[in-house]
Amino acid sequence: MAARAAAVVALGALVAAPPLLPKYFLEVLISVLFFAYLGASWNVLGGYAGQFSFGHAAFFGIGAYTSTLLFLRTGLTPWLGMLAGGGLAAAFGLLAGYLSFRYGLKGPYFSLVTLAFAEMLRVVAVNTKAVGSSLGLVVPTAHPAPHLFLFAGKLPYYYIILAMALGALAVTWVVERSRLGYALAAVRENEDAAEAAGVDALGVKLRAMAISSFLTALGGTFYAQYFAYIDPGITFGPTVSIQGLLPAIVGGAGTVLGPLLGSFVLTPVSELTRALLRGRAGADVMLYGLVLVLVISFLPQGLMGFIRGRRAGGARP
Amino acid sequence: MTTLLEVHGLTKRFGGLQAVGALDLRVAAGEIVGLIGPNGAGKTTVFHLIAGFHAPTAGAIRFKGASVVGLKPHAICRRGLARTFQIVQPFAALSTLDNVMVGALNRAGDVAAARRSALEIVEFVGLGAKSRLPARSLTLSDRKRLEMARGLATGPELLLLDEVMSGLNPTEIDEIIGLIRRIHARGVSLLIIEHVMQAIMALSDRLVVLHHGEKLAEGAPAEVARDRRVIEAYLGEEGEPRDAAGRGPRGPGRAIREEEA
Repeated sequence: MAARAAAVVALGALVAAPPLLPKYFLEVLISVLFFAYLGASWNVLGGYAGQFSFGHAAFFGIGAYTSTLLFLRTGLTPWLGMLAGGGLAAAFGLLAGYLSFRYGLKGPYFSLVTLAFAEMLRVVAVNTKAVGSSLGLVVPTAHPAPHLFLFAGKLPYYYIILAMALGALAVTWVVERSRLGYALAAVRENEDAAEAAGVDALGVKLRAMAISSFLTALGGTFYAQYFAYIDPGITFGPTVSIQGLLPAIVGGAGTVLGPLLGSFVLTPVSELTRALLRGRAGADVMLYGLVLVLVISFLPQGLMGFIRGRRAGGARP
Repeated sequence: MTTLLEVHGLTKRFGGLQAVGALDLRVAAGEIVGLIGPNGAGKTTVFHLIAGFHAPTAGAIRFKGASVVGLKPHAICRRGLARTFQIVQPFAALSTLDNVMVGALNRAGDVAAARRSALEIVEFVGLGAKSRLPARSLTLSDRKRLEMARGLATGPELLLLDEVMSGLNPTEIDEIIGLIRRIHARGVSLLIIEHVMQAIMALSDRLVVLHHGEKLAEGAPAEVARDRRVIEAYLGEEGEPRDAAGRGPRGPGRAIREEEA
């Protein structure tokens, strides 16, 4: 199949090419995969279950802060700390999800509540001295050590985020084809009809929440190790929530490859606008916003929807 | 015959409005029971109550001997009581087959088994040629079939059908009647809400007539059709205006008259 051959070639290029790339392109590629990873994590809840979270920063921040604090205070390697962060984020996700879903919050109300949960954590972090308050936390990078998730160059981080992104896509692929995947699609399409067909709507939404929040938290740890600095605004702020969901929306929410495709389009556009309009504060964001508006108006089903539509002979997906 | 569904003293009030009042209803295994009544009589509310979508204000609902009051719809469905919706509610973006698979996953051990079961049921209801089409592209008649297929796929002992013939033309109605008989032949008991009188009269072993949320009459179809109170409920009190065809304010009454004649 042509599609399979293309996937193999693309994967081969992603594995083989980076050592040959200039540093700038490597950084862009790391960003691409990082946002693809966040998009894929968000996609499980937002795309498949149709529960549009605006507050995935909560999980991202929990992941970043948990592994970093454990590293700084107890010396625990972030490789293990990221699992602790994932667990904590999943627990928080289950609590927040239960409180929201149990009381029937849907659509925009659910979005607002998730936004509020993330903001709440941001404010707590800003006001808590023990976690560095608004100054944030610095990850010491003087002594790179692979077992401590610290590397001298960018290349190891590239391969880590590549593995994470592929892992998240694999999780999505498995979920999509599983019993859970069918149940989530049913809940997304029509919750009453799903219940009538024997789907435990609350239960499956919570499972999607747990998977999605766990994965997002791992992204937080990656961020902390890669940039070696976190603060409440970066990790718990709305920007990261939005940057995480945009690749999925633009690429095609509820599709396996959507977030990857979306990030490959969006991240370079964002980099490009920033590079082209350097020195004109805000202009890059305006241009980026314009591109977004155009993409969403003309491709409401995302890029994957567009591709599928073309493949199905112009029929609507 | 063993009792499958037993409803006793079922009452539902929405604020000051009583939608269902002290209803007793029984469906035996193997039976087809018709639930009829003028628009607004509370029929669909009864379905919502039985299937767990509303909590009753008072009363008991027992399925296979155990109370299902307070259970969520999915839990009731897993016990073997499925329903369709009067206003069809397909999973619009999913294919016909995937719609039915969601139901089939209730009983199937894994996704492959659910797919086999769903394929069989999609064929059974006559949607085999459309199994890969997204549900949003189906006609109303096909969507009604899909509703039944999805309900049937959950492996029910009792299936509640809510106006699966409304909006269909006479040919389509005949096909649906045939399908309902075949579903019954699979060993599924049925409780059916229907306004198409010829159909419900022909299908039902027993009819229950609801009026203002209360049971007005119950019995064999021919008996019920002769009942003066039933005719009045449909046609209105004596002296209400009629059109040239003898149609009262509520249409289906005419059908009862014809059935009686």
